[in-house]
Amino acid sequence: MPYLVRRAGHSIILLLVVVTFVFLAGRMIGDPAIVMLGPSATDAALEQLRNNLGLNDPLLVQYFRFITDLLQGDMGVSFRYGFSQMPADQFMETSGTPVMELVLERLPQTFYLAAVALSSALVLALTLGCLGAMWPRSWVDNLVNVLSLASVSVVQFWLGLMLILLFAVHLGWLPTGGYGEWYHVILPAIALGARPLGRVGQVTRSAMLDELSRPYAAAARAKGLPEHRIVSVHALKNAGIPIVTITGDELVQLVTGAILVETVFGWPGIGQLLVSSMSTRDLPVLQGAILTVAALVIVVNLVVDATYTYLNPRVSFSSRSS
Amino acid sequence: MTQKLVTQTQPGNHGQGPLPGSLYGSETVEEDRAPKLTWKHYLLALVSDRVTITAVLFLMLVAIGAAGAGWLAPYDPVAIDIMNRFIPPLSGTADGSFHVLGTDQLGRDVLSRLMHGAQVSVSIGFLGATCSALVGITAGMIAGYRRGLFEDIVMRLVDGMQSLPSLLIALFVLFIIGGGYLNLVLVFTFLHWMVFARMARSLTLGYRDSMFVSAARVLGCKDRRILVRHILPNMMAPLMVLFTLEVAILILSEASLSFLGFGVQPPNASWGRMIASGRNHINTAWWLVTLPGTAIFLTALALNLVAGWCRNISDPVQSARWLTPKRGKKKQ
Repeated sequence: MPYLVRRAGHSIILLLVVVTFVFLAGRMIGDPAIVMLGPSATDAALEQLRNNLGLNDPLLVQYFRFITDLLQGDMGVSFRYGFSQMPADQFMETSGTPVMELVLERLPQTFYLAAVALSSALVLALTLGCLGAMWPRSWVDNLVNVLSLASVSVVQFWLGLMLILLFAVHLGWLPTGGYGEWYHVILPAIALGARPLGRVGQVTRSAMLDELSRPYAAAARAKGLPEHRIVSVHALKNAGIPIVTITGDELVQLVTGAILVETVFGWPGIGQLLVSSMSTRDLPVLQGAILTVAALVIVVNLVVDATYTYLNPRVSFSSRSS
Repeated sequence: MTQKLVTQTQPGNHGQGPLPGSLYGSETVEEDRAPKLTWKHYLLALVSDRVTITAVLFLMLVAIGAAGAGWLAPYDPVAIDIMNRFIPPLSGTADGSFHVLGTDQLGRDVLSRLMHGAQVSVSIGFLGATCSALVGITAGMIAGYRRGLFEDIVMRLVDGMQSLPSLLIALFVLFIIGGGYLNLVLVFTFLHWMVFARMARSLTLGYRDSMFVSAARVLGCKDRRILVRHILPNMMAPLMVLFTLEVAILILSEASLSFLGFGVQPPNASWGRMIASGRNHINTAWWLVTLPGTAIFLTALALNLVAGWCRNISDPVQSARWLTPKRGKKKQ
């Protein structure tokens, strides 16, 4: 499939741009040796550390080492995790916890949260959207409209805090945060899933309204099919394309939204790792987390586009890009 | 001939979008399009729409509160009064001062901070959207009009940047260059111009071969004049809708970035910062988190409502529904 090959090529170029950007930015924020050892370190110790880390090599050499390391799954070692009480001059490149390890440790939790949030939001959004289209101007229809408007107007982290205030502080039903039991996921999933719920619900409703007014729906009605069958069997499939598009869009939003929601709920995912690495100025972890999230988003976009070609073969992608 | 063409395609249409007059057949258009559909009609349609007028009034309230924060705010937003901290809303203090929305963990008046915070939050949203619109519309219009290599480059850039997670990039860039007002505007411009560029390009593409552009060209207009005086006014309606939506998005983004510590620096307030600092006291002082978040929510909601209304009113099919009853009433 030439389109998909070209599309994948774009993704790889984009990823390379991000990698370059992250590398250069990492060199711009100051000497990592000073960040690691603190302002009180001696010049000799700093020089030793720079040599150990290869910071004295030319930039181009460092860049190629950065990329070859990445290709081998090596994103460097953390400045903070696993690096304690080590005399400065003995700091070796191998003393901290590998970033890859930290990222892989956190990634499943983020996937878990995103999967719960998105799947429950999708089920609810499809149901509400279909019901809203079946009974226009009913209370379900109004609910879908209000939800869609509210979901694009609310800040996710504030919604999370409001949920904590209501369900954890006042009612005491659920914990304020943390991870472990099944009920820990409820509040973060609601905070994260509210936006896709509103937007997918709205798109489902309008796509469904469109489909239900078409001749084939009238034909199905004329031959006596019950309305729920027309909706679920005939119309939903045809309304799928806009729904998939908006879902892919929301999936990308979900990945970045997770950064804030995880911070609010103390959820040990990649977003929290990213934010905490910023406050401790742990550059390798920050770079690793950013690259992971960016790669995830790029892959999600690619998959959505691939799904789109599959669902809608009529669209000529060669003409879309020109 | 050419002059007529130009006037026919854009009769007084400066920024209000395609006029709904086209719906009523050519004779009606000749008779009452120009005198009838003035800004008064839009105003009337706006006033009779209860939800939208509420949203507009709320936005005006926010704008007045923000612009006049210096005179209108009851207290100094950074004055610390440790004796009167955590005063709940609508309650007085021992020394007789009254705080409508209570005080925070340092005894600062929440209403005053909200008003000064509005200054920061709303103006960053507005300024960020304005800068991205300027960059994006310029790039998009030139790309759509000139086409060729420039268009290819711009559109590749737009495609590439739009498939990146903007909040993440904003976080990373702000981590490197540091937070603060101007940096936020800069980052927002850098990450949001593509939306405008994409729309401006596709709209320009639609107009570049149209009759009135050819006519202007025949008259000897330079490209810049054609773009600014002839094409741009016709694109204003959809661009204004997009602009309004972008302001809402940027206000939300500013809140998120401030929450993570990359907004304006303390002791200055912004709505996102207020939520961030109130978060630690969520158990004891609910209003510190609830109020600024509600302000963000309502402002974004109002902007979305207004954008929706603008979209309806500028859509020839939809606007007939909004504007015709008033026309009928006027005739009686």
